[in-house]
Amino acid sequence: MTREKGKKQGKKPSLYWQLFTSTFALSAFTFGGGYVIIPLMKKKFCDELCFLGEEEALDLVAIAQASPGALAVNTAMLLGYRMAGLPGAFVTILGTLLPPMITLSVISLFYDAFRTNRIVGALLHAMRAGVAAVIADVVWTMAQNILGQKRALPALIMLGTFAAVYFFRISVVLILPIAGILGALGAKWRLKQEEQA
Amino acid sequence: MSRLLQLFLSFLQVGALAFGGGYAAIPLIKEQVTQLHPWLTLSEFTDLVTIAEMTPGPIAINAATFVGMHLNGIVGAVVATLGAILPACLVVSILGYFYNKYKNLAWVDGVLSGFRPAIVAMIAAAGFSIFRLAMFDTKAYTLQNLDVISLVCFIGALFALRKWRPSPIKVMLTTGVLGAAAGLLMEMAR
Repeated sequence: MTREKGKKQGKKPSLYWQLFTSTFALSAFTFGGGYVIIPLMKKKFCDELCFLGEEEALDLVAIAQASPGALAVNTAMLLGYRMAGLPGAFVTILGTLLPPMITLSVISLFYDAFRTNRIVGALLHAMRAGVAAVIADVVWTMAQNILGQKRALPALIMLGTFAAVYFFRISVVLILPIAGILGALGAKWRLKQEEQA
Repeated sequence: MSRLLQLFLSFLQVGALAFGGGYAAIPLIKEQVTQLHPWLTLSEFTDLVTIAEMTPGPIAINAATFVGMHLNGIVGAVVATLGAILPACLVVSILGYFYNKYKNLAWVDGVLSGFRPAIVAMIAAAGFSIFRLAMFDTKAYTLQNLDVISLVCFIGALFALRKWRPSPIKVMLTTGVLGAAAGLLMEMAR
């Protein structure tokens, strides 16, 4: 309602500005990936700005998750489009992209100087063990979820993919489509079984 | 083929196939920038993952900017980032359209149920490469070359992550400071 009113009074630029500043701030202060930014976005856009309802927000996240690419960018894109059409999507994408692009550009300019510094070098070197632990933790949790389904197909896809990527160096570009087709066939087969039962 | 075009196409593939959150992009980026193209060494790539984890923003965007800047400056960064987000723009629009029309994504669910286990395995494989680099650097995998400090840091960090679920940044910073201090002290003692 309030948005319709704003449109008529020619206040649309302020909507763009709001979309830009909100997504920029969210992107700039969110560390640690997509799953952290989603609850924050929900708080900002549903509870503070009242741009959309909770159920609709969940729908947007579902679409963003089913698409490839970064969750934060996808969600921002859908939100911008929902609020202000294509220009809105452009503004929210820009707001989400700028903070990491600026940060990483600056870091990459100083990376060589950074890396050759003895202390920074030792820090980065020692942090590798931490990165390995973080990834191991993520894999542990995800694998538990997959195996917890107690179904043969996902477990086989998981083992097969690891062998294909790690030992046979088969390109992941080839593996994903095959895994997707297997998953779709498996889902179809299960549906048939349920109908027969 | 010009390098800018290669950069664009590489990150286009990363953007098109990174399903399921930030970590899923790691194996894809690793393949593109260390195996298919000689853009980064495994050490540089691991540094990139470390930096990306500690700075805001999606890992694919961070990687695109970093690699793009490394190869072609700002233009490279913009081109790589565009490549990384273009597939998502297309797929999100298409899915959004169908979703509003049918409110039913059952077949998408089927495909994703096949992707998920494959993605876990891909992340595991990339993680294993990083683990080996942390434990043995680029040397042969023998007991003499094993970096004991790194191994202790890894076990401690994994234990803390499983038990108290702290934020990854805290874990990495702690292992970094403790590991670097231990390493420098050992060097001085020698």
